[in-house]
Amino acid sequence: MSLTRKQRRIWIVLLAGLGLGTATALTLTAFQDNLVFFLAPSDIASRNPGPERAFRLGGLVESGSLARGETPEGKPEARFRVTDGPVTIPVTYVGVLPDLFREGQGVVALGKLGRDGQFRASEVLARHDETYMPPEVADALKRSGHWDPAKGAPPPAATWNTLAPKPEKQGG
Amino acid sequence: MIAEFGHFALALAFALALAQTVLPLWGVARGDARLMGAAAPLALGQLLACAAAFGALLTAFAVNDTSVINVVQNSHSAKPMLYKFAGAWGNHEGSMLLWVLILALCGGAVAGFGRDLPGVLRARVLAVLGLVALGFLAFVLATSNPFGRVWPPAPDGQGLNPVLQDPGLAFHPPLLYLGYVGYAVTFAFAVAALLEGRVDAAWGRWVRPWALAAWSFLTLGIALGSWWAYYELGWGGYWFWDPVENASLLPWLAGSALLHSAIVVEKREALKIWTLLLALLAFGFSLLGTFLVRSGVLNSVHAFASDPSRGTFILALLGIYVAGSLALFAWRAPAMAPTGLFAPLSREGALVLNNLLLCAMAAVVLAGTLWPMFADLLLDQKISVGPPFFNTAILPLVAPLLLAMAAGPLLPWKRARLWPVLQRLWWAALLAAGAVAVMLAFAGWRTGPALGFAAALWLIGGALADLTDRIALFRRPAAAWSRARGLPRAAWGAALAHGGLGLSLLGMAGMGLATDTLAALRPGATLNHAGYQWRLERLEDVAGPNWTARRATVTVLRDGAVVTVLTPERRSFPVAAGMTTTEAAIHTSLTGDLYAVLGEEQGDRAVLRVHHNILAPWIWLGALVMALGGALSLTDRRIRVAAPAPRSVLSAAGHGPDVSRPT
Repeated sequence: MSLTRKQRRIWIVLLAGLGLGTATALTLTAFQDNLVFFLAPSDIASRNPGPERAFRLGGLVESGSLARGETPEGKPEARFRVTDGPVTIPVTYVGVLPDLFREGQGVVALGKLGRDGQFRASEVLARHDETYMPPEVADALKRSGHWDPAKGAPPPAATWNTLAPKPEKQGG
Repeated sequence: MIAEFGHFALALAFALALAQTVLPLWGVARGDARLMGAAAPLALGQLLACAAAFGALLTAFAVNDTSVINVVQNSHSAKPMLYKFAGAWGNHEGSMLLWVLILALCGGAVAGFGRDLPGVLRARVLAVLGLVALGFLAFVLATSNPFGRVWPPAPDGQGLNPVLQDPGLAFHPPLLYLGYVGYAVTFAFAVAALLEGRVDAAWGRWVRPWALAAWSFLTLGIALGSWWAYYELGWGGYWFWDPVENASLLPWLAGSALLHSAIVVEKREALKIWTLLLALLAFGFSLLGTFLVRSGVLNSVHAFASDPSRGTFILALLGIYVAGSLALFAWRAPAMAPTGLFAPLSREGALVLNNLLLCAMAAVVLAGTLWPMFADLLLDQKISVGPPFFNTAILPLVAPLLLAMAAGPLLPWKRARLWPVLQRLWWAALLAAGAVAVMLAFAGWRTGPALGFAAALWLIGGALADLTDRIALFRRPAAAWSRARGLPRAAWGAALAHGGLGLSLLGMAGMGLATDTLAALRPGATLNHAGYQWRLERLEDVAGPNWTARRATVTVLRDGAVVTVLTPERRSFPVAAGMTTTEAAIHTSLTGDLYAVLGEEQGDRAVLRVHHNILAPWIWLGALVMALGGALSLTDRRIRVAAPAPRSVLSAAGHGPDVSRPT
């Protein structure tokens, strides 16, 4: 049952359509459930991600907020607060913090926000070098007024911990 | 002086590439054999110039010439020699120089090995390679000159990013680039064929070794990168669906499809237009990968700060090459008439299915990789697409691919019946079903790993069935040895590559069962995990050539007997502003890895994370076997002499239907 050229062309178009259609359908379905949004602490109130939805939280680790404790099962747990100025979110993380995790520096954490307002991180993202700032964090800093790109480069990572949250921007 | 020499050599390479592009094409247009013949010496000259430039950069790094900015930014006198060299291509400028060097190497290889090519085709292929080189040399010279000077010279360099100071990463970029750039050759052949308006079996035969070589190197490069991430980042995983990883997976998927459809062109003169399109796409994806990694548009764990003007330049190159070649394709491709006809159920049909699924996978990976960028630009949404997306979207495509992969090589060309093939695979199916049963009985209801083991055994069984069938091991054992020797190496290579993927899957399925735990321990305390006792002996400070470290000594025991002693470290590099890296300690055996990571210390206790990664090494061993399969296929007589193997070998063995089987 060799096919004629015309029949074969129809087959090819059908198959290619099927392949493309399947790929699109799979992509869209998977997007629906698995897109991970990046939220700065001040975005959370308006976007209200809910306790089921994982998202990436980014901001600065508040100076002096890092405390180490233990979970009820005896695993080491780190607690710290992530801020972008107006809003601060408490975070807990069971795991080894990345090498470059520092108070006062940018951080991106993947996890879910519990009903108690605690963000439970499943992953705390590492950066590869001292001068690199996660772009989302840079963006959040700009939006919260900590860094005006018109005034030059972002504040060096080592001085970020002097960037106190600005109380007058509350409610913004 | 040496830096200026390198810069000059680079400019010379640019001029030679320009000549290599213009003269042969002019020669083809005028029918002037002398101008066409200039292509090969010009390609060799360009190779020499690029090699001289790269040699100059290596020398600057080796002698730690701190008047060269690139050396100052990426090297240090206290670094071991291997990493001084690796530092030369561990940064943006150097790695782009390596890119053009490898491209020139490919051009030189076409010039050197392609003496049997028809003169016009050879001239056109070399001209297209020259054109690609021209763009990238312009890029290096205009935006990424590795030979910039600084005055006064710095007292010493700033050091190489410590996570890059690793043997795995020293060889990762060259291998990956050999893969990426290898597809430039298939691209050049495709463009030349489009210019010529003709694709035939001979074209397929010339293209396939390049597709094979590029694919083998890319496989090795990706595997090495994944292995590096596994042992150096200390997260215990081997693939993170990170945009940079995806950028290398895309050309691999398109290249795998190309590899298979080129067989159909060679054997049956069908799927010509499709194969051309794949050749264009594979290189397009390579360029996209280069753009994504080198422009810094991606937010990735690998992202390094970079310069937007470079991104724009590479994007322009990407646009010119991809849009230009696709326009040429749209104009010329309809002229190429298919000749070989086949039934849907046949070897060709199976290869079409393979192509369809691989391309659908590439489309999904592309969408998942690029969507965050578009969402940011167009919708001002900050989103990321993580492993859950890729796992959900890719799995439904991988499953039928793997299912068909074992059966495909057993199908005869033109038209086939399914039943005889399934009869030869029954024991592989039995093996796979057994794996599911055993898994569910012992490890509980874990469908993912169970199906992974089933798929792995199905593929390995399928590869073995293919081989035993070809050499008639069970039907005529006496003749098996001579048949095995007569079997084309390409057939061995294909079975090895398919089996290699099975081995990799075995490792991935095992990693699906991997477990890890975390504990804060005092020296002397013991942690129980995965049937092993992990005893923290002591914590101490140690010093290396350019780092100091905190080292934990962990004795791993099983039933009281010492299995191994692990020494995970946290290294601190004073030259790199006190940057620290985590050095995971791994005890590898064929049944799995014992993997320990030292976390921060809290008072007298140290946080220890330990993993039991079942069958993990097979992931990379499988990839090695796949690449070996590709290499073995490359040594096939048919490819070496670019002529069909004598049929007498096969027909003498008296197995009729097999003569039309591939090889």
